[in-house]
Amino acid sequence: MNRIFATKAGSDVYRLRIPWRPFSNDAAPLLSSQNAGNPEKGSEAKQYDIAIVGGGMVGLALACSLASRPLTRHLNVAIIDSNPALGRKHFIKKEDLPDPRVSTITPATISFFKDIGAWQFVEQHRHAYFDKMQVWDYTGLSYAKYNARDADKEVLGCVVENKVLLSSLLSRVQETVLPKKIYPSRLNSMSILPNSSSSEVDSTLSMTALFTHGRLAKLELEDGNSLYAKLVVGADGGKSRVRELAGFRTTGWNYSQNAIICTVEHDVENHCAWQRFLPSGPLALLPIGDKFSNIVWTMSPKESSEFKSITEDNFLKAVNHALDYGYGPHPTPSILGSSDLFSWLKGGISKSANDCFEIPPKVVKLASERMAFPLSLRHANDYASKRVALIGDAAHTVHPLAGQGVNLGFGDASTLSSVISEGIAVGTDIGEVSLLKKYEADRKPANVMMMAVLDGFQKAYSVDFGPLNILRAAAFHGAHHISPLKKSIISYASGEMRLPLFA
Amino acid sequence: MASSMFLAQRRWFHSLPRNLSNARFFSALPSQHPVSVSGPQNNVGPKSNKFEKASSAPSSLKEPELAKFSAIADTWWDSEGPFKPLHKMNPTRLAFLRSTLCRHFRKDPLSARPFEGLRFIDVGCGGGILSEPLTRMGATVTGIDAIEKNIKIARLHANLDPTTSTIEYCCTTAEKLVEEQRKFDAVIALEVIEHVADAAEFCKSLSALTAHEGATVVSTINRSMRSYATAIVAAEYLLQWLPKGTHQWSSFLTPEELTMILKRAGVDVKEMAGFVYNPLTGRWSLSDDISVNFIAYGTKEK
Repeated sequence: MNRIFATKAGSDVYRLRIPWRPFSNDAAPLLSSQNAGNPEKGSEAKQYDIAIVGGGMVGLALACSLASRPLTRHLNVAIIDSNPALGRKHFIKKEDLPDPRVSTITPATISFFKDIGAWQFVEQHRHAYFDKMQVWDYTGLSYAKYNARDADKEVLGCVVENKVLLSSLLSRVQETVLPKKIYPSRLNSMSILPNSSSSEVDSTLSMTALFTHGRLAKLELEDGNSLYAKLVVGADGGKSRVRELAGFRTTGWNYSQNAIICTVEHDVENHCAWQRFLPSGPLALLPIGDKFSNIVWTMSPKESSEFKSITEDNFLKAVNHALDYGYGPHPTPSILGSSDLFSWLKGGISKSANDCFEIPPKVVKLASERMAFPLSLRHANDYASKRVALIGDAAHTVHPLAGQGVNLGFGDASTLSSVISEGIAVGTDIGEVSLLKKYEADRKPANVMMMAVLDGFQKAYSVDFGPLNILRAAAFHGAHHISPLKKSIISYASGEMRLPLFA
Repeated sequence: MASSMFLAQRRWFHSLPRNLSNARFFSALPSQHPVSVSGPQNNVGPKSNKFEKASSAPSSLKEPELAKFSAIADTWWDSEGPFKPLHKMNPTRLAFLRSTLCRHFRKDPLSARPFEGLRFIDVGCGGGILSEPLTRMGATVTGIDAIEKNIKIARLHANLDPTTSTIEYCCTTAEKLVEEQRKFDAVIALEVIEHVADAAEFCKSLSALTAHEGATVVSTINRSMRSYATAIVAAEYLLQWLPKGTHQWSSFLTPEELTMILKRAGVDVKEMAGFVYNPLTGRWSLSDDISVNFIAYGTKEK
């Protein structure tokens, strides 16, 4: 198999280039894009408007979003993903225990899902809204309790298993009229040639010729199929192949931390999201519904392999200990003075400021295996180039400490589909860089800002240093008591504000 | 963002020239240029030449203009080249066209190809940066330009995409097409009228090309103090967006004048809008501010 590296170049408009030897299976005359039959090996390559590489949550969300807009609902879309689940109709059984891979969905994402018509499917499966959140750390100096009522909302978010989100999006996209085709394979190589003109004045250009002149991208899959597309969207996750092939550079670093995730069970129902910052990383307990909760415990790689291998009982004991008196005392309000201190600040005291510190419900059973994965921060320097756009984790990966990751991805999908729709409204070629750069200009600042905030938190909490601890405690205290600040924090974390603290 | 581009409300426009002393009167005589207030450059095209040209064969474009555009013809599709401002303004112009023409022809604005079955002509099409998107929106487009080089380049570029390869490009003028008695549902002449010798004659030709119940759209730069500062001083000298001498301030028309000459040519101006550039975001948008760039949509009366 030949490895062909994508070449994308700027504006060589008039160089006649024939650098390409066409493959034998794609000399078909130009067809208007149609819905394909079964792709057999060596059959004609088809042409699509958009090829979404990666049929995960964000890739399918993009497809649903395109399907929900009048101007884009007739675009031909190819979805390339080797996940066999995409070919099946219903892969969730009601009696399944909750999968440990979950996402916290912000209210902004919930409304996005409602707009694209996928939320109704989510509600048919297990999902857990929560309206309370408690955040504290091991020093016991302070805590912050958030309530959705503080920002005049109903919920702070909803915790949903990833497989539920995926199946909901898949169900939705199947029922729309969007002409789509799922290719159950992986992307092997991708090529995009620079623009050039042809000397023929022939109006029937074959796909090969169009590709040669830079009007189409050519994708080759591992199962031997080829396809052409006007726009390639990389939604294939943190180790994006599209990003690699298109030559996007990334910035980032690995946190020397792993996260352990698992599902646990309580005796009582849990409606609050809990997060305690421990010396080696935060431990989060998120309600998942039906007395189950999801645990995300960030720690050093050594500790994570230890915790993964100890017995279930010991693990549960460790979790309860960490959520309770482990590592430090409970915070009591009197340590940093009472809320009177802040009463002179405008905005008054938040409604939940008088809520006492609570100990999270005890964990009684482990309901899934423990999984561990390394954490890193990665950001593509550009999100778009000629005929390629990156969305979701392919463009940015963040620390899970605030549950924002996939929400940023959904935001990308929503913006990209809106930009494509505007492009079609004014007759633009959807693969043009100027159009795709609009998407980048919209999302990059917001994503970078969120990443900076999260990274800041991660760094602030990784140092155990007296004065810094007090500073953090003061920050907690302020966030807990100062109403406008709390509102701002909730709004930003809910996805409603693009930039923090600016009204 | 989409909603701001599709402005559904009626644009206000001046019904009468407010300041008559400012207006230029267009008579049957070929234009004699009033004293130019424009920059130091070349407006001294052989005046007598222009005079002759205008009276003999009304091939609208002025001689020095032809030369100017021929020189940079190769760079039409280079979106970072001398035509960058036009490329940036293009989506905004198309948004106005889409909004007004969908309403005029009573087509569904939410359709991806609303202009299916309609014949449009892009007068002064240059390299085709307007013709191609219009074709993608479904229209059957004819593009004409007085410069052969432009037409060649437009044709080459349009052939790259099967959707746009159906555009009919001709190196001709509006007047010649009038002689051939061609008619179009919508006649679109954007950023052209400031380069022609006789604006009134040009508008008459545009009107003659417009079919019964068709639409005429003209865009140009206003002749105002602000446009002098922006389009001449800033764009040509300070920011160097355009080569010096691209525009002559004295050739600009005010909205009143344009409305008047279109009216005399039989086109009733119904809506007008301005294009405004935001230097912070680097984007153009539609607005009510017609003091610099503006676009007018009119309908043929009978």
